[in-house]
Amino acid sequence: MDAPEEPLPPVIYTMENKPIVTCAGDQNLFTSIYPTLSQQLPREPMEWRRSYGRAPKMIHLESNFVQFKEELLPKEGNKALLTFPFLHIYWTECCDTEVYKATVKDDLTKWQNVLKAYSSVDWLIVVVENDAKKKNKTNILPRASIVDKIRNDFCNKQSDRCVVLSDPLKDSSRTQESWNAFLTKLRTLLLMSFTKNLGKFEDDMRTLREKRTEPGWSFCEYFMVQEELAFVFEMLQQFEDALVQYDELDALFSQYVVNFGAGDGANWLTFFCQPVKSWNGLILRKPIDMEKRELIQRQEATLLDLRSYLFSRQCTLLLFLQRPWEVAQRALELLHSCVQELKLLEVSVPPGALDCWVFLSCLEVLQRIEGCCDRAQIDSNIAHTVGLWSYATEKLKSLGYLCGLVSEKGPNSEDLNRTVDLLAGLGAERPETANTAQSPYKKLKEALSSVEAFEKHYLDLSHATIEMFTSIGRIRSAKLVGKDLAEFYMRKKSPQKAEMYLQGALKNYLAEGWALPITHTRKQLAECQKRLGQIENYLQTSSLLASDQHLTTDEREYFCREILSFASQQTDSPGHRVALPMHSFAQLRDLRFTPANAVVHVGGVLSVEITVCSQMPVPIHVEQIAIHVHFSIEKNSYRKTAEWLTKHKTANGVVNFPAEASPFPTSQSSLPALELYEMFERSPSDNSLNTTGIICKNVHMLLRRQESSTSLEASSGLALEDGAHVLRCAGVTLQPGPNTIVFRTQAREPGTYTLRQLCASLGPVWFVLPHIYPLVQYDVYSQEPQLLVEPLADSLLAGIPQKVKFTVTTGHYTVKNGDSLQLSNVDAMLILCPEENRAVIYSNTREKVSDALLRVQSSDKVTSISLPAAPTYHLIEFELEVLSLPSAPAAGGESTLLGVTEPHGKHKDTQKTGHCMATTDHKVSIDCPWSIYSTVIALTFSVPFRTTHSLLSSGTRKYVQVCVQNLSELDFQLSDSRLVDTHDSTDLRLIPLNTESEQCIHSRQAVFFVWELKWTQEPPPSLHCRFSTGFSPASEEQLSVSLKPYTYEFQVENFFTLYNVRAEISPPPGTEHCRTGSLCSLDVSITRLSDLLEVDKDEALMESDEYFSTKLMYEVVDNSSNWAVCGKSSGVISMPVTAQATHRVHMEVMPLFAGYLPLPDVRLFKYLPHHSAQSSQLDADSWIENDSLSVDKHVDDQLDSGSVKSRGSVHSAASSEHKGLPMPRLRALPPGQAFNSSAGTQVLVIPSKDDHVLEVSVT
Amino acid sequence: MAVCVAVIAKENYPLYIRSIPTENELKFHYMVHTSLDVVDEKISAMGKALVDQRELYLGLLYPTEDYKVYGYVTNSKVKFVMVVDSSNTALRDNEIRSMFRKLHNSYTDVMCNPFYNPGDRIQSRWTKRMLRVLASSGHS
Repeated sequence: MDAPEEPLPPVIYTMENKPIVTCAGDQNLFTSIYPTLSQQLPREPMEWRRSYGRAPKMIHLESNFVQFKEELLPKEGNKALLTFPFLHIYWTECCDTEVYKATVKDDLTKWQNVLKAYSSVDWLIVVVENDAKKKNKTNILPRASIVDKIRNDFCNKQSDRCVVLSDPLKDSSRTQESWNAFLTKLRTLLLMSFTKNLGKFEDDMRTLREKRTEPGWSFCEYFMVQEELAFVFEMLQQFEDALVQYDELDALFSQYVVNFGAGDGANWLTFFCQPVKSWNGLILRKPIDMEKRELIQRQEATLLDLRSYLFSRQCTLLLFLQRPWEVAQRALELLHSCVQELKLLEVSVPPGALDCWVFLSCLEVLQRIEGCCDRAQIDSNIAHTVGLWSYATEKLKSLGYLCGLVSEKGPNSEDLNRTVDLLAGLGAERPETANTAQSPYKKLKEALSSVEAFEKHYLDLSHATIEMFTSIGRIRSAKLVGKDLAEFYMRKKSPQKAEMYLQGALKNYLAEGWALPITHTRKQLAECQKRLGQIENYLQTSSLLASDQHLTTDEREYFCREILSFASQQTDSPGHRVALPMHSFAQLRDLRFTPANAVVHVGGVLSVEITVCSQMPVPIHVEQIAIHVHFSIEKNSYRKTAEWLTKHKTANGVVNFPAEASPFPTSQSSLPALELYEMFERSPSDNSLNTTGIICKNVHMLLRRQESSTSLEASSGLALEDGAHVLRCAGVTLQPGPNTIVFRTQAREPGTYTLRQLCASLGPVWFVLPHIYPLVQYDVYSQEPQLLVEPLADSLLAGIPQKVKFTVTTGHYTVKNGDSLQLSNVDAMLILCPEENRAVIYSNTREKVSDALLRVQSSDKVTSISLPAAPTYHLIEFELEVLSLPSAPAAGGESTLLGVTEPHGKHKDTQKTGHCMATTDHKVSIDCPWSIYSTVIALTFSVPFRTTHSLLSSGTRKYVQVCVQNLSELDFQLSDSRLVDTHDSTDLRLIPLNTESEQCIHSRQAVFFVWELKWTQEPPPSLHCRFSTGFSPASEEQLSVSLKPYTYEFQVENFFTLYNVRAEISPPPGTEHCRTGSLCSLDVSITRLSDLLEVDKDEALMESDEYFSTKLMYEVVDNSSNWAVCGKSSGVISMPVTAQATHRVHMEVMPLFAGYLPLPDVRLFKYLPHHSAQSSQLDADSWIENDSLSVDKHVDDQLDSGSVKSRGSVHSAASSEHKGLPMPRLRALPPGQAFNSSAGTQVLVIPSKDDHVLEVSVT
Repeated sequence: MAVCVAVIAKENYPLYIRSIPTENELKFHYMVHTSLDVVDEKISAMGKALVDQRELYLGLLYPTEDYKVYGYVTNSKVKFVMVVDSSNTALRDNEIRSMFRKLHNSYTDVMCNPFYNPGDRIQSRWTKRMLRVLASSGHS
């Protein structure tokens, strides 16, 4: 580069400009002192206190000492400051009074008078003392006297205006001291003078400025005045203050321009409005551009001249102040504001002139800055200079366009003329840059000289600017310059170079979502790609543009036509196709399955209705729209069932797709939210958990490379899946906006079908949506035909007609006419078929299709139900009534088993627990037409009743009680209840004591029936009874069938009363009542009521001489511990088997409590002899003493139940441990045989007087 | 009067951008977008100091020949950019500041709208208010 010559810090150019100090008097003396003086004066700084509250400054003073001349003194009104003498010094070394009086005094007076005439008060008289000189003279006065004389004569009250400088040329401490004092004085006086004179000057200047509204006021004149001040400050090296002066001028001028714009024009300003004729840019290499200054002085400067000069001065001062970056910044502002001001002042500027001026100025500023800074400094301050670079680039570009240097053909004659005019305006090159190779002037001239040169310069500048912007991170700015460059390349017909810049810029805009720049850049890119012949890219960009809302309809239609015309072209290679992303072409909005659950059976029809929003501005005829489907065989067979699939689908079958990520992915640097789901995998065998995990369903969105997500223009990632399963829809015209397209498919293979890609084809152009997301699937299943039989109610009740629903799921089987279900008949269960029984056929989606009369034919073995014809995957539903014949569990345990009817295994238990109904299962075997195997269906019926019976006695009169409990939820009507003797004994009669023939039995309630047993002759030892009662549900009025009655069979044995037992307690003799603790007598009388009967004939019967007797054992037991039995409580008696034979036993008992006490129990047992072969006997005494409770318990049990059939065996089991020993056996008398006539009687016991006796007896 | 006003999200996408001579919208979009370079620079250069001083006004971002671009950044790093015609010398720093403040207030109101999703583009309904704000500031 043309590094300017000056080193750092910048050399001050104003050598000649130092404050002027005049010297009068002895010139030879001054000449001898001058070297020391000029050297010593600036050595020490001095504080300069300023007026107007300005901050004091330390200042190094220098002066330009000149010989005093009257001409130097400024005349009244002269504003020149640079030539203003700030101080007048009179030098003398006179030490001789005579000499003084003769010459010096006159000279001084003359000097003073001149000063007074010009009203200058800044003067100083210096008396130099020289010892050497003194010695030579004889008539020497004391030193002080001359000084005093001078002071007296001239320094009227200003004695400090006369100073003494002793031996100035000697090297002594005294000399030093004297110098110091003198210099201080000199400096002080100089500063005083500055303050005073500058203050005065400023006041004058201000006055002048205040007059600016007056007509005839000239800015240029004022400029010169204030610049004078600036010069002085500069002279004093007060660059800051100097700069302020220029800045004030700058601001003043700017304000005038602004005011002018607002209509407040100043006359003088019109001068600056003269047409621009020269545009040779800023000149910054000279400290003062005297040429321009003179123009200003002569009031001939143009606006650009004034601005240029002003800026060059500011620049100089800023560089003095080591603020080069401010120069750059101010330069940019200046250039902008100049352009504005020229506009505002409506100055006529030839086209391109300003561009030249700005271009030259930018480069000049840059070169000036480069000239005073090193590379590192420049590199680290690019941010300050890059604006100028970019501005220069911009201007050169517009010059290039203006001069026809950018067009392909080169400049035409008009362009050339313009170029010549522009170059003329530059004038000749300035001498100061004439030798610089790369001067702005030369550059511009060269750039405008030819197309090639322009290109070179423009590219250099652009690349430099881009590089600078990039290096400081101003990427956006760099891209913008790059775009200009791309435009340039496009003009130069080199789209391959342009593409990179356009792509770069587009990527940037896309990343930050700036719609208009995106559109604009895309448009440029489209042009570029078209020229490059990048068909695919061009089509893609075109599709993006055709869908771009920011373009006009015409533009959009243009790009749309581009695609269409390509699509209609006959391509040479028929297989070739261009895959483009779909989102710009059309967007998938929603998808709807019919059926809504997206589950179809094999062969079923599935329709998929999609709504796509066409982004194209015109209707587009698409040859084919296809959905590529991925098929997977579902391994989990459970998933195939229609029920499962139904549950796991969206209710209405509509899948909505989120609005396609708009061309602005930026709105979030955030990616789509993670869609996480829990995953449990269970083992198919035992359903235990195998694996668990989390599945991210949108991995493909999240894990793609950031790069590819932003460069939407890259089309390479579109892979078309070629699958066998494709849903197609041909010949669709997509209108702009939403369109509905319906795909139909017939389901073939069972499995899961996943919709993967959507593809619209226009000839060789394919628009592909590579992922359909969220996941959309439909399922195809195949189902075996099924028969389901289920009761309509919770449970089926036996004995009354119950409805059973038959559901035939046809699955893949077609039910033909004539197909029938063959039910093998069960004896105990009837299948009732009402006349008008209809079967309803439903479609798979539970819509009723038709109904048909159901024909049921029954033969002995088989009931045949003819099914109506039904297509596959339909349901046939019908209801049948079944009736389970009631089977009463017989009391004897001999249940009547009919056919294959099985009593429930837990029959006994359920009865015992009492609240559950007994159940019976009926297994029906059904032959279905679709299978060679029979289907066995079990129907469980519950018996609604539980029945118990008991035998009641009153003396010898006998009663049978039957209790019917209703366990079901239904109420029943019982009618025609009867009890019959199954053995039909003629002499036995059962007389019902029940009044009502019809009885209602409510749910969970019981009804009791009682019959009296009467007989005429000897009663039979056992009675076989059958209880039967008709029943019908109370609610139903009419039943189609007559119901079988409910029966209950039981058997009562030994019901005839043989013995009457009577117990009586009487108080001790002499007392009225029993007392606790006192013994009472218990009299038990056992009376035989009948003669020998059939039942008596057992082992205990003994016969001797026609006289029969039997052995009985009695036992008195008081389980409630009310009584203490004293003495023997039991005994064996021999009872004659004769009517009215009575045996009395007397015992003593003691009441333990007071009150009405029930009598102790008296129990009778048959005492069987030990000689019996099959059973052992108990030793009566030991047995009695052991008093086994278990035996008692058994007895109690059997007393309760009417059944005594198994008592022997029970007993023997209890005593089995005694087997083998010859022991007598006991057998309780059946409850019917012994009647306790004193049961329920009570005896009043009154408490004993002395309680303690009671206590003793208790223990 | 500003010729273009833009509200730019933290992530540098435009939430709202409107220029008053609409015919040259594109130019302003480019200009505002490019100005983000300087906004970023300013925020990162004196980010700390700005936060401390609660000074949201970024000042002149950069001048061009015809326009001046000013910036302002909220505490949530939403940027306001205003483009002013260079010839409009009536607008000094203080006016620009107060316009930004009004813009900020108005933006805060938009944010307070419960139906507005932060980060969404601001709908044009806001424009009227915005224009009123800016027009009134222009005269102040």
